[in-house]
Order: sequence, then structure tokens, then C-alpha cells
Amino acid sequence: MSPVQTQEAARMRAKAALRKGLRISLSYALMLVILGFAIFPFLWTLAISITDKQASGISIYDFPKSLFPPAVTLGNFFEVITKLNLGKYFLNSVIITALTVVGTLVVSALAAYPLARLQFPGRGLIFGAIVATLVLPTEIAFIVNVLTLRDLGLLGTYAGVVLPIIATAFGIFLMRQAYLAIPGTLMEAARIDGASELQILWRVMIPLSVPSLTALGIFTLVGTWNAFFWPSVALLTNDDLLPMSVAILKLKGQFNYDVFNVAAGAMIMMIPVLVVFFLAQRFFMRGLEGAVKG
Amino acid sequence: MKRQALTATLIAYAFLAPALVLMGLFTFYPVFYGSYLGFTDYTVADLASGEGPRWVGLKNLQFVLSDPLFQTGILNSLKYLLVVPLLQIASLAVAVLVNQKLPLMAFFRVGYYIPVVTSISLAAVMWEWIFQKEGFLNWSLQLLNLINAEGRFNWLLNEHTALWAIMLVTFWRGFGYYMVLYLAGLQSIPAELEEAATLDGATAWQRFWLIIVPLMRPTLLLCSLLSTIAAIRVLEEIIVFTGGSGGPLNSTYTALLYVYNKSWGNMLNANFGVAGAAGLLIALVGFALSYINFRLTREERGER
Repeated sequence: MSPVQTQEAARMRAKAALRKGLRISLSYALMLVILGFAIFPFLWTLAISITDKQASGISIYDFPKSLFPPAVTLGNFFEVITKLNLGKYFLNSVIITALTVVGTLVVSALAAYPLARLQFPGRGLIFGAIVATLVLPTEIAFIVNVLTLRDLGLLGTYAGVVLPIIATAFGIFLMRQAYLAIPGTLMEAARIDGASELQILWRVMIPLSVPSLTALGIFTLVGTWNAFFWPSVALLTNDDLLPMSVAILKLKGQFNYDVFNVAAGAMIMMIPVLVVFFLAQRFFMRGLEGAVKG
Repeated sequence: MKRQALTATLIAYAFLAPALVLMGLFTFYPVFYGSYLGFTDYTVADLASGEGPRWVGLKNLQFVLSDPLFQTGILNSLKYLLVVPLLQIASLAVAVLVNQKLPLMAFFRVGYYIPVVTSISLAAVMWEWIFQKEGFLNWSLQLLNLINAEGRFNWLLNEHTALWAIMLVTFWRGFGYYMVLYLAGLQSIPAELEEAATLDGATAWQRFWLIIVPLMRPTLLLCSLLSTIAAIRVLEEIIVFTGGSGGPLNSTYTALLYVYNKSWGNMLNANFGVAGAAGLLIALVGFALSYINFRLTREERGER
């Protein structure tokens, strides 16, 4: 190779490296901007929630000062709990979420078993009916469900919020999928040993389906904790049982509401979800696709 | 033997019973009874006095169809569909961006997903401050010299921007979710294809539109279907941002908000017949859109 050619090749390589470096820097710059878009609302709300309103006396709209509070306190958190009774709503959220998660797991784990592993008349029909719930026009369901809860005497109770939402096609299909992956020989062995179907479910299927149960539990937990519309309708007549997701907007709807307290309340509601999300991120980042395919 | 089969069937139904009872009572029954209500006269006063629904045939459907408020609602819901293409293309682009083999990609993906696990009520609390007249959005625009201090306005109280502002929040809560679905799809595109295009001198822009988008069409169409169904049923966003008023000047009044405000959203004036009829009409629009989308998806699948 002549010296000229070597030089030329080196220049080309340098140019390519430069272009690559530029492309990577651009990628990161873009990703940082998008990250800002995604999490800025949280950062600002966090800043507001820890702002010492007595000391600084600043408006939350005093940019950029309000993004970096000069005096920091946890006072807003105590105030929103003691003065605005946020503890009560937090507890309501915990109860409604816990009941929904347990209910969903029990109902789905039970219903999925015969659909996955037993032969019985009407199986195809039931399967079809559960699939049909995915396309039914649920727009009008809430109107009637409130009437039904009223007739059952469950309107404005925890049970009234929870019972209508625990039997879902998503949960049943997720569990069915898990049971289908378990080798049939295990069931046969248990049957020969004289195990009943309930024992097979409890001793064989459930222990081997823990990952799916966990995934279902986590999705249900986050979904229920965040849910706004249904609890707001089912608890129309009983403000005392409202979860935080509904209560926080009631607090904010008050005339002359305290911005700092509401921000603290928002953080209190967000933190448990964030903890669960960070701990269980692989379930979310894997996507729901595999689960929904049924 | 027959006895055994009977026992097995009973056991199967015992396992299914909780799910079947709950689904029957709270998913199937309300759809059928709600549809029936759409053809009756049934108000909250009837409910209080213990009177049942009275059959009135197509009266409610006629009323709803000629009600300007419902027409506004349908128009606004259709307008809301504009978020679908923007959201889908942006989510795919973001997925491509974080699909590169570079450090910290997992960190960015998790960050982008945080809005997805945020309650709509919290989103409303936070974004309302951003959209205020003195809020962060206007401050940023001022910083970029796009508006001046006099030009500032509350984005949620202006009838030309309110719906767009709420759509931005839908976009914010959605792009991380679809990004994850697209990431799964992107794994199936052979890396050599992109490398070859790069060697041939294709720019990133060309590679995105000429290679990635065509190859991702099945996933794009599936996600568009999910996104379309969600968009035509938009309701929660409107309730949390406008308190259910659909204001200013009905500019954010969507079709499903009509159903809500004719029933439990405005309990003292609830008319379940009118609400049911409106719900049925929206369901029809939803079915039509799903069908169109489904046909497109199927043709696409047949082609490949």
C-alpha cells in the first residue's frame, strides 16, 4: 500500500469515527430531552412538595426558583396528613387495592384451571364468552353496575368497588397460559396418588405458576391503586371510603387549595407505585403482549 | 363412568363459578340491560319512587342524535383520534432510539415508562400547574422567545387549546407503553438489514421510514387499534381536567362524557334511557373503527 493510500484510509476511518461519535451524542441528547418530558412533572411536583412555604414565601410559578426550593421541609407532608386527613384516604387505597389483588388472584387461578386442564361440556362456550368480554361495549356497563350495587346494598362499600372488577379475561388467560406450560405428567402422577383436583391446583399448579401470579398481582396492584373512574362512581354516595386517586382531586378542587399540601399528597400517592415499579420493572418492560395472546 | 364424568363436570364448574357469577352480573348483564334501557324512559326520579323503566322505542336514539351536545361530543372524540398516529409514530421512533446497543439504555426505557404507571388523577394535578398562565409551559415558550408575557394564557381555559393540551397528556402517558410493545417487535428485524442500508448511505431518517416502518407495520397496526379504541372512549382525562364540564365552551366535551353526564356524573338529573342510547351509539362507532382497523391488520397479515 502506498503512503497516500494509507493516509486516505486513515482519514476515512477518522471521519467515520467522528460521524459515529456525533450520532451517539445526538442520540443521547435526544434521549435526555425525552426523559425530561417524561419525568419533569414529577421533579417539579417533588420540588413543590418539599418547599418550605413559610420560610421562602415563594410562588410555585416563580421559575426557575420554584424548581430548586431555597428552603426545604417535610412540613407539607405532615400537614396534608393531619389537616387534610390524607391518612384515611391512603388506608382506603390500601384496602381497596389489597382486596382487588387477592380477589383477582383467587378468581383467576380457580377459573383458569378447568379451562386449561379439564374436559367438560360447555368449555368452548365459556371460553368464547370470556373472550367476548374483551369486545363488549363496556361504555354503558357502569350505568347499570351502580344500579345493581344499589339493589344488592353494596353501593358505597369496599365490596361494591372491588367485586365488579376482579373477574377479568386478562387474569384468567394469564393464569391459563401458565397452567398450560406445566407438564401433564405431574398432574397424572398426583392423580394416581389420589389427589383431588383442588389438591392438584394447590400443590402442583399454583407453586409452579408463581411468576405468572406475581405478574398478575403487580399489574392489578398498580392498576387498582391508580384507578380513578370506577371508584369515583362506585363510591359516589360515600366520600369516607374514597381512595387517594379520587380524594386528591377533591382536595385540589377546594377553593383556595394549598398547592404545597396537594403536591405532598401527590408524592405520597406516587411513591408506593414507584417502589413497586422499580422493584418489578422487568414485568413491565417485557410488555403485556405475550400475556394477552391467550 | 358416567357418574365420574358428571363429578368432573361439577368440579370444573365449581372452579369457574366465582368468575362466571361476577362476569355475568357485572360484565354481561349490564351490557344487555343497559342496551335495553336505551329504549326506555328511566330517570333518577323513577328510581327513587321505585318505578321501572317504560318502553319508548327509538325516542331516546332520536333525541340523542339530534342533541347538539352529543354531536359536539362525537366530533371531539373523533378529533381526539388525531393523537393516535402521532403517538404511534413517536413511540416507534423512541423504541428505535433506545434499541441501540449503547450504555444506559435500560435506564432511559424505565424513565420513559414512569408516566405509564402514573394515575390519571396525579397527571391532572401535575399538568394543570404546567398549563397555567404562569405555568411551566408558558415560561419555557417565553424562554424560547415563542411568546411574550402578554401572549400567555391558560392552555386548559382556552377553547382552541384545551383539547390539545389534554391530548398531550394522553400522549405523555402512552408513549412509554407503546415503546415497550414496539421494542418487542424491533427484535425481529435482522440487524444486517439496517447495516446494509447504512453502508449504502441511507440516513437515519430514510432507514426509519423505508425499513423500520414498513417492517413494523403489523405491530404498528395492532398498536393503532388499541390506541384508537382508547381514544374514541376518552372520558377519564376529561373528567379529571375539567371536573366533568367538558369546558371551556364544550371544546373538550367528548361522546362518553355525554353518557357520564346523563347518568351518574350528574346524578340529580340522571336519565338512564338517554345515557344508554348514547352509549349504544358510541359502541357502534367503536365497533366500526375496530372493524376497519381489524380489516387493515388482517390484509397486512395475509400479505406477508
